[in-house]
Amino acid sequence: MSKVTTLRDAVARFVHDGDTVVIEGFTHLICFAAGHEIIRQDRRDLTLCRLTPDLIYDQMIAAGCARKLVFSWAGNPGVGSLHAFRRAVEGKGAPPLEIEEYSHFGMVARFAAGAARLPFWPLRNYMGTDLPRVNPRIRHVTCPYTGETLATVPALNPDVSIIHAQRADAQGNTQIWGLLGVQKEAAFASAHVIVVVEELVDEAVIRADPNRTVIPGMIVDAVVVEPWGAHPSYAQGYYDRDNDFYVAWEAISRDREALERYLDEFVRGVSDRAAYLDKRPELAARLKAKARYCPGVNYGF
Amino acid sequence: MASVAARELVDGEVVFVGIGLPNLACNLARATHAPHLVLVYESGAVGAAPVRLPVSIGDPALVTGSLMVCGMADVFQLMLQNGRIGVGFLGGAQIDRSGNINTTVIGTYERPTVRLPGSGGAAEIAIHARRTLVVAKLSPRAFPERVDFITSPGHGASRRQLGMPGAGPVKVITDKAVLEVDEATGELVLAALYPGVEASDVRARVGWPLQCRSRLGRVEPPTATELRLLRDVLDPERRYLQG
Repeated sequence: MSKVTTLRDAVARFVHDGDTVVIEGFTHLICFAAGHEIIRQDRRDLTLCRLTPDLIYDQMIAAGCARKLVFSWAGNPGVGSLHAFRRAVEGKGAPPLEIEEYSHFGMVARFAAGAARLPFWPLRNYMGTDLPRVNPRIRHVTCPYTGETLATVPALNPDVSIIHAQRADAQGNTQIWGLLGVQKEAAFASAHVIVVVEELVDEAVIRADPNRTVIPGMIVDAVVVEPWGAHPSYAQGYYDRDNDFYVAWEAISRDREALERYLDEFVRGVSDRAAYLDKRPELAARLKAKARYCPGVNYGF
Repeated sequence: MASVAARELVDGEVVFVGIGLPNLACNLARATHAPHLVLVYESGAVGAAPVRLPVSIGDPALVTGSLMVCGMADVFQLMLQNGRIGVGFLGGAQIDRSGNINTTVIGTYERPTVRLPGSGGAAEIAIHARRTLVVAKLSPRAFPERVDFITSPGHGASRRQLGMPGAGPVKVITDKAVLEVDEATGELVLAALYPGVEASDVRARVGWPLQCRSRLGRVEPPTATELRLLRDVLDPERRYLQG
């Protein structure tokens, strides 16, 4: 049976108030479409986890979806600050936001433990830093073989992970190329997985290039087709990052009213992603990726 | 600053590239004296050869034409923790006497005056890279006696006793001078001056009694080629360069 559904239905079914939610993607393939749908459905008290909260979690924090943020680098990549996040953490009139902070290695290790269904992951890290002082969940263990002291981080097992990808079949066999981030680990660590893709393809397309499959359909609950669903981030081979928007976010997020106007116009004021794209007809001319195909691989035997 | 930082990189080295000015310096080095520099980005691009200056460390141009693209678990476990990174290259809001770097908060952690982005990969880079280079503009605010928060460890405690494999931040490249860690004291000391800069100019912008190397070096200004590459080819939109 096909798992293809709409984003509205997928979010309604798998994202609930109070859930631990992951929308992953390191700069690449960040599912803004799903973040916007969660804002439209007015989810509350979410624990949002991501290495780099990026603009999408800044928007979700501003919209009041988040109770807690678990992260390792909270900036606007290549530009500056996430101001809704900063207002909340600096106590500048925004509702308080609980934070739980690691480094990238720590977050990656948390997802790895979660994906392997282990309670924690050991890493040689954090000695000499102040991070364990402010995050008591970073602990230590003595290696039973060498006696060495190693840092540990606890498994992260989200209620739901939302993964944007270039393509999947109707069963959710999902192929990603370009930067892979921690999407595989996040998906395997989660109770539920929603995959949002640029293109739905036949199973035969997946089978023709199985090394490209990052997430197998067996762990996927819902497949949503949402072209340009990662804008203003990018999808390798489909469209470039909308860096102008990342730069513009500095001024929008700095001004609380401008941020509300943005959410009203481009998030709450549209019914779905298609309506968002109708408001941005210039995107394809500006950002559509140039062709750069790889010649192919012989899978024969 | 970008050209001085670029010259620190040796052709053929494996460098873990941080966000901001290090990104520019590494790409300048690759375009000049170090064409075989292996750029590793925490985003998973290994042996990246970007045809445009990456606007972030997750830019799609890092993927096109790179030697390898791997997941981030592989970057941190198989590249960094495995000991494959020769040079880590970091920026920072604050760097202190012991070479500790702060990219987390100004003020206290619980009630920060300014909340900065946090570690990203910086903590583990400073712990694992065989040596770490830091770039930062010199000012009393940026160079206090002690940072408000240690994101990436310098030389305040014995690195070896704590089990840190790398040498840590051994050199800080600023816009007026180059500081180096003194092996005996674990303290940043003045090592070289830019043309027209006096040691007193540097001391006035550092929050501790800055010691000097017995023989101070002179930093060569950027060459015409370096300037042309920086201004016309690598960063024509002045994303990283100022003025």
